[in-house]
Amino acid sequence: MGHRQRRELLGKLFEGIALAATVFGLLVLAFLLLDVARRGLGVLSWSFLTSYPSRFPEQAGIRSALLGTIWVMALTALFAVPLGVAAAIYLEEYAPRNRLTRLIELNINNLAGVPSIIYGLLGLELFVRALRLERSILAGALTLSLLVLPILITASREALRAVPMSLREAAFALGATRWQVIRHQVLPVAFPGILTGMILALSRAIGETAPLITIGALTFVAFDPRGPLDKFTVLPIQIFNWVSRPQAGFHARAAGAILVLLAVLLSMNGLAIYLRYRLQRRYQW
Amino acid sequence: MEEIVLETQNLTVYYDGRPAIEGISMKIPRRRITAIIGPSGCGKSTLLRCFNRMNDLIPSARVTGRVLFEGLDLYGPDVDVVEVRRRIGMVFQKPNPFPKSIYENVAFGPRIQGIRDRRKLDEIVERCLRAAALWDEVKDKLHQNALTLSGGQQQRLCIARALATEPEVLLMDEPASALDPIATMKIEDLMRELAREYTIVIVTHNMQQAARVSDYTAFMLAGEDRVGRLIEFGPTQQIFTRPRDRRTEDYITGRFG
Repeated sequence: MGHRQRRELLGKLFEGIALAATVFGLLVLAFLLLDVARRGLGVLSWSFLTSYPSRFPEQAGIRSALLGTIWVMALTALFAVPLGVAAAIYLEEYAPRNRLTRLIELNINNLAGVPSIIYGLLGLELFVRALRLERSILAGALTLSLLVLPILITASREALRAVPMSLREAAFALGATRWQVIRHQVLPVAFPGILTGMILALSRAIGETAPLITIGALTFVAFDPRGPLDKFTVLPIQIFNWVSRPQAGFHARAAGAILVLLAVLLSMNGLAIYLRYRLQRRYQW
Repeated sequence: MEEIVLETQNLTVYYDGRPAIEGISMKIPRRRITAIIGPSGCGKSTLLRCFNRMNDLIPSARVTGRVLFEGLDLYGPDVDVVEVRRRIGMVFQKPNPFPKSIYENVAFGPRIQGIRDRRKLDEIVERCLRAAALWDEVKDKLHQNALTLSGGQQQRLCIARALATEPEVLLMDEPASALDPIATMKIEDLMRELAREYTIVIVTHNMQQAARVSDYTAFMLAGEDRVGRLIEFGPTQQIFTRPRDRRTEDYITGRFG
């Protein structure tokens, strides 16, 4: 066989392997979704969304878990996004390029890889015990904020770094202060990328169970959380709880709750994609 | 005798401790076009960026010697960099309009200085676009994205944007090198026009351009040590017809570079 034919065959072979890997991933995902939909679609109803959990599977709903998830996510976004974006702006736009900065950057990257249960232990000591927040929504949101901060910072820094230097120079050369350059030129261009990072981070947070169980989130809540200091549960914990019951009725409820969790996640992502699309049309390059 | 606006005294710029340009002393006269020419890597842009302290943005850069702007040392302790850059505008090699409307590009400079009055901004935008010979081409689409303009139009927009902060000096870093010949010609005509009111310093690697537009020419060259030095400075006419230095003659006659 000629050298050239061999090279082309190798190329085709690699293309085939790459395609197979892609298809494998998609098939597994499709199978999972179909399986969950098959089990869970039947239980979806208005009363499933508006009922509290119950000893009886057919009466059990996700009202308190859904409300808990919304509360925790809203507070997590409120704490983590400003902190993460501000930290990214500092590291990219202000910090001197020295050894200390590099050490901070390295540690932020490492923190992104720390197992989430470690954050749970930190949250338990710091927020639940030391700051006496008890097993509250606030303690949960603060713990999840710590968890997603490294993701947010890293993604926001990437977005800021993608803004061309020539744009900053143009603004500086007109006599803009550093803050004016950031506020009027850099942030608007970086915003779609920052939004993507935000979604990645919040998508991670919405599915977390371990750190919230560690700080003592409840598994059975028969009341509405009304404020940041109330006790709470979230959808993943409710799902975990139902899956571990022996009755098949609860397993169907768990599948239904998974579908709701997916819907919340997708609508969050959808909102971000819509915003990003609108902004990118305004700031085309 | 010409009135001097900018003057460097024994100016040296280091990057990471290594000198990039060394011992530059020259005087730039008011309302004239001064061209800085020389082969790639001789430090032309580095020198230009000392005049509005753009080198401050490069963390590893260090400057010694003095740059006097109307007698004030730009690198002195009490100097407000923001004010320096307002009074000494800059146009870059690659057109770099903001990804906003034509109007907002020109209005940005005045806005960040706190001018809010819409009528005043309208007036500034029109005046600067006229001064940059762009008004007739864009007056009907002021609120269109600046990135929809052609390269030559974008560069004239960048000039209009620089004029909007009412600078005394315009620094131009190879402003036509990314443009086609017709757009280049327009920029050169514009420079001649602007030189009635403004002091212009232009970096160019295009000798014909320097000969065509400038009143004074500075020739820079980096030696074996790759450190850029000023070889010769004088009226453009003299530099191009009777250079004093052998190396200037070699360069302008195309023997190297």
